[in-house]
Order: sequence, then structure tokens, then C-alpha cells
Amino acid sequence: MQTFRFDPCDLPDSALALRDEIRAFLATELDGFPARKRAETWMGWDAEFSRKIGQKGWIGMTWPKQYGGHERSALDRYVMLEEMLSAGAPVAAHWIGDRQSGPLLLNYGTEEQRQKYLPKIASGESFFCIGMSEPDSGSDLASVRTKAELTDEGWRVNGTKLWTSGAHRAHVMIALFRTATEEGNRHGGLTQFLVDLDTPGITIRPIKDLSGNAHFNEVIFEDVLVPDSQRVGETHGAWKQVTAELAYERSGPERYLSCYPLMAELVQELGDKGTASERDEIEIGRVVAELSTLRQMSVSVAGMLEAGQNPALEASVVKDLGAVLEQRMPGLATDLLERPFHLGTGGLDEAAAYLVQNAPSFSLRGGTREILRGIIARGLGLR
Amino acid sequence: MNELQTMLADTANRLFTDKLTKQVRIAAEEGEWPQDLWNAVEENGFPRVLVSEARGGAGAQWPDALVLLKACGTHAVPLPLAETILANWFLDQAGVDVPDGPITFASAQLTSGPDGMALAGPMQDVPFAANCTHVVALSPSDGTDGGIQVALFASPQVGQANSTIARESVAQVSVSGAAIASGLASLPLNSAMLFGALARSAAIAGALQSVLLQAVQYAGERVQFGRPISKFQAVQHQLAELATHAASVGVAVDAAARAVLADPNAAEFDIAAAKVRASDAAQIGASIAHQTHGAIGFTYEHGLHFWTRRLWSWGPEYGGAAHWAQLLGKNAIEGGGHSLWATVTAR
Ligand SMILES: Cc1cc2nc3c(=O)[nH]c(=O)nc-3n(C[C@H](O)[C@H](O)[C@H](O)COP(=O)(O)OP(=O)(O)OC[C@H]3O[C@@H](n4cnc5c(N)ncnc54)[C@H](O)[C@@H]3O)c2cc1C
Repeated sequence: MQTFRFDPCDLPDSALALRDEIRAFLATELDGFPARKRAETWMGWDAEFSRKIGQKGWIGMTWPKQYGGHERSALDRYVMLEEMLSAGAPVAAHWIGDRQSGPLLLNYGTEEQRQKYLPKIASGESFFCIGMSEPDSGSDLASVRTKAELTDEGWRVNGTKLWTSGAHRAHVMIALFRTATEEGNRHGGLTQFLVDLDTPGITIRPIKDLSGNAHFNEVIFEDVLVPDSQRVGETHGAWKQVTAELAYERSGPERYLSCYPLMAELVQELGDKGTASERDEIEIGRVVAELSTLRQMSVSVAGMLEAGQNPALEASVVKDLGAVLEQRMPGLATDLLERPFHLGTGGLDEAAAYLVQNAPSFSLRGGTREILRGIIARGLGLR
Repeated sequence: MNELQTMLADTANRLFTDKLTKQVRIAAEEGEWPQDLWNAVEENGFPRVLVSEARGGAGAQWPDALVLLKACGTHAVPLPLAETILANWFLDQAGVDVPDGPITFASAQLTSGPDGMALAGPMQDVPFAANCTHVVALSPSDGTDGGIQVALFASPQVGQANSTIARESVAQVSVSGAAIASGLASLPLNSAMLFGALARSAAIAGALQSVLLQAVQYAGERVQFGRPISKFQAVQHQLAELATHAASVGVAVDAAARAVLADPNAAEFDIAAAKVRASDAAQIGASIAHQTHGAIGFTYEHGLHFWTRRLWSWGPEYGGAAHWAQLLGKNAIEGGGHSLWATVTAR
């Protein structure tokens, strides 16, 4: 049986100095930013904020300078992100490009693609979305059917992507299309493309979620032409690229900090009222213990990334435990405050109302709990 | 793991695998002191792992000693090894020479008389008291210089004794006369609780790894409906959940040991967090391990229970999840929500 490795990781001085710098920046920048807005954090879209972050050099932090990056360590980047999320900063606009699309292009993109896209992602001007899921392909990603056929004019795309976060505001989709149907090899025949979302033939329909917000979309492709120069990596070779991408998607602090701003507000209110009961203290303390432990696990994963290791398994452990913890926080606010949360207040109550409604998605997005536990079970040698 | 840790782990694993047979475990549960096992442990210097070289110890650090404290759980060791490691560390911290033999410890009220330090009253719930040649009493010092009074007594007299779920004895202890040695250690007032909690957390981390391994192995061997039960997704997901808890406790305990290494007086947050995680995970882990094993794991004959009964027993010892969670929660609420993140990231 393989046991999971979580070696302790000490943050370098550069990261500690950066933490102070970012805290000071956010204290001014987010002064008066309402709790309800902070609760959105990595789902919160603010192009102006993203441009400011880009100017600060806090996007593409680990990338080569020639592509607009800053050649800093993965641990500096880790600290940047945990500070943004714990403060509830609106990072959604640039976040996919920073987390997934940029690293994908660095690994598999052509020189032309890197020059065209990376500097603009890093400066907070170009926003990306991820087109993997489809109506009939969620957990079973290898079953995607949106088809790209090679013609004389380029790739002709037909089909529908679903649940694409931010597609209605993003500039580019990193899309996974079926380029061949190979008998007995479901993982072959898939190719990734950079699709500029203003290409003719694309219809984007925002889908309201149960909280009444529209942040994900249905994206329909009708005879959309994508030039071959927009293909990422080998034709039919996307599966390994996508699995590598999913490791980036699962390893970060956004997998346990989504509700942290609410937690801070809750603790603050209990303190301000000065009437915290023994039960309040115990429940809060339990979450503090888990939060602190998960953060150390997450820092450890960042340390492995920095050392060039592949912590995909450990990242799944963090995401699974993280989703359970995140999902508990809105319930905890409900239990401890013992009042119905009302919309329209802007403050703690509306933040809690927003997160109560969003919590079900935490164990879906980025891979469901069942899929993650399957990965962990494989790591244990059970499958 | 560094070189010393690898060496300690290899030695402990070999020793316990060879010498700690099922018969030894059963005999120990029936009240027979495993003298051979203790001799082997002592020959390898385990009890003095944290004692400075000047006092005849290994002079190792907390993260190193952790290897042995975890091994107490991995191998369900029926000895006061953790107790002796800690008692010796307290003595060393107080500048007192360390005797040979098993030693236990507890918090107490000490009074100074004409002949030196004496117990104001009996010590309660002292683990393994009946098996130990010495007992260490930890008491608030009456001076203003901070730290605690650490006193060593020989030949503890055991009063009312009880057996834990782990079939280990805890007893009320008194002593006759004054301490044979005492000193002042610059350690927190609640050291007995605090470091006891850390030792139990480490043992739980080890025991969780062990029950995970046993359950994974068993699931791969047990065939039902024509295939190993490990092929059923429901079983896989249960074991995956157990694995995430085992990993989490391991990380929390490592962090606590590093915090003690940095400053024992500033380690309360990390130790509390580790014990909360460990005590909660102990219950989840024991439950999943039994579910996976079916009826056979419910028998005395099978032996899974040597670990699960310890998990059940260690969870509440030296403060359960609620005890330590309340401390963390109280501090968080008093400190204010806006400084909580700074506390979490200071680790
Ligand atoms: C808020 C949000 C944002 C999202 N953003 C994006 C995005 O930007 N881009 C994108 O491509 N996708 C996105 N997704 C889609 C997300 O990746 C999928 O929802 C997810 O992969 C699950 O797919 P599904 O919804 O089709 O559920 P299904 O795959 O139909 O699963 C339904 C249930 O069945 C279980 N199940 C399925 N297969 C198995 C199995 N083999 N074993 C055990 N249980 C199984 C699942 O765990 C789940 O509980 C987003 C989803 C949400 C909720």
C-alpha cells in the first residue's frame, strides 16, 4: 500500500515578505468591500481588480519573464493566492488563466501561442475559461462528443459545452474536442484548442444557478472554424494534458478556503456580541483545527510542486477533505447564529445566505467527491 | 525523514515486529508485565530519546522522538513507552538525572517541606502506575519565575486502579516521603495535559496508519460475490475516507512536534489542533476499519481490536476533541475574526 506523502514545507522569506505586502495592499484595496462580495471570492469577477493585480506582478508569478511572468517560486504564488482568498478578493476573471491555461501553454503550447496569450494573461487583460464538461460528459470526461473535424479551412467544430464558468465574460476557452473515434481507446482521439470566444458560430447562454446568479454557461458551437495554429499539443493527445491540468485545478487553496471569509465574519460577530457559548467555542475550535491542518497539507502540496514532483494524489486528498470542511462552514453559521439569513443586507447574513446556496457545488466542481475517492482508492492499490 | 528518524523507525519496527507477538499482547492485557519487551526497548535507548547527551540520553529532538511515539500506535505497544519518554524529557528539562526503568507522570500539587518536595495529595488517573518504578509529578511552581516544578518519586503506591478500554491500567497514586529529586522546568503550566495530548495524538496517527493498512489488506483478500470486496466502490470510498483522515492526523502531529521544537511555550495551538483532529479521526477510523472487516474483526481472536480499542481509549485521554476545540475556539473568538487568519498562517 502506498502511503501519501505530506512532507512539511517551510515557506521561504520571499513568500513571508510578499504576504505582508499583499495584506497591506488588500487592506486598502478592499476597504469597505462588503461581506457578501467577499463570500464570492474566487467566483467574484472584477476586471479592474484583475488588471491591478496584473500590474502588481501577482499573475503568472512563476512563469518565465519573456512571457510576462516573474520567475518566482510556487510557494510565493501559493501565499499570494491564500491571502487573496482569505480576504475574499475577487479573483475569478484572471484566475483560470493563472491557474490552468498559462501553465498548459507553457508545457504544451507553441511559441506563437505563448507570445500571443501569456503576456496578456499576466497583465490581467485576457481572461480564460475551461471547456471540458458537456451535457452527457461530466465525471466521464473521456466521453466528450463535441466534434472538431479537420477541413481545408481549419478545424470545423460542432457541439455543446456545458457548465463553463465565466464563458460569458471570458476572451478565450481552452476547449476539449473529439477529433477521432478510436475503437477501444476512449482516451485517444481528444484534442485541446484555444478558442477565441468572438469567433463566428459560437453562442453563449448564461445559466442561472439556484442562488439566482448566472456564472456558468452553455456554449454552443455551430460550424465554428478554428485554425490549426490554435491547436494545443498533439492532435489526439489531449488526455495526458487534461489530467495534468486537473492536478493544478485540485491542488490550490481555493479547495478549502471558499468559505473562509464567512468564517472570519462569524468568529468576529461571536466575539463582538460577547455571548459565545461553550458550544460555539467547541464548534469554532473544531473548524480552526481542521483549517490549520488542511492548510499545512496544502502548503505541503505547494512545496512538492515547487520541487518538481507530481502530487496529484495528495492534491485529491486535500480537495476531498477541503470540500467537506468548506461545506461545513455555512452550516456552522446556520447552527450557531440560529437565525434565518436574509438577502439584501450585504453583510454577514447575506454572505451566509449566498454560501449556504453555493455549498453543494464545492464537492462537484473540479471533480466530484466520488471521483476523487476513486483516485485515492487507486492510490491505495484497491483498483 | 532525516537519518536519525529513519534509523529509529527501522529499529522500532524491527523490534516490535519480532518481539511483540499476539501472545505478548494477550498476556499484557491479562495483567502480565512484558519484561522482555521492556528490556529490548531500554537496550535500544528509546526511553531516553529526548534526554540530553550530558544525562546519558540520545539528545534527539521532538520530530525525531515522534517516530517512536507514532510507533506506540502503529504496533499497539502495551508499554508505558510514551509515558517514559515524556517523563524523562520533563526531568531533563528540569535539570534532573533520569533513572532507568519505566516511569509515568501526572499533574499534581507539590508542597515544599523541610525534607524537600512532597505530594499534597494523591495523583489521579496515572497511566501504567502499577508497572512503573518511578513517577514524575508536574506542578505549578510557587515562585514567580514561570515554568513548572518537576519532581521525581520512587516506588509509587498504587491505590484504586482501573483498566482503560485499551486494557491498560490507570490508578490513583501516592508516595511516601519527599521527592528523590526535583527542579524547575521552563515549560507551560499545563504540561502534563499538553504533552500527554501530543503523545496520544502521535499514537493515534500511528494506529490509524496501521488500521488503514490492515483494512486495505483484508479488503484485497476477502472474496464475496466472486470478487475481492476491495473491488466494490462503496468499500473503496470508505477506505479512501479513512486514508484522508490518517493523512490529516499525520500532518497535524508533525506540525505540533515542530512547534514544540521551536518553542514548547508557544506550541499549545498546534498541539490542540493535532489532538482535535486525532480524537475525531480515531472514532471515524476505528469505525471504518471494523466495517471493512465484517464479523471476523469483531472477534477477540482476530486482533484488529488491539488497535481499535486503543483508538477509542486514546481519543478522550488528555482531553478529547471538544476539550481542545473549546480552547482553540475561545481564543479565536476572543482574538477576533479579523486576526484569525494571521494565527492560522503563523504556523
Ligand atoms: C459551479 C460549477 C462550476 C463548474 N465549472 C466548470 C467549468 O468551468 N468547466 C467545465 O468544464 N466544467 C465545469 N463544471 C462541471 C463539473 O466539472 C461537473 O459538474 C462535474 O465533473 C460532474 O459532472 P456532472 O455534473 O455531469 O455529474 P455526473 O457526472 O452526472 O455525476 C452525478 C453524480 O454521479 C456520481 N458519479 C458519476 N460517475 C460516477 C462513478 N464512476 N462512480 C461513482 N459515482 C459517480 C457523481 O459523483 C455525482 O455524484 C462546473 C460545475 C459546477 C457545479
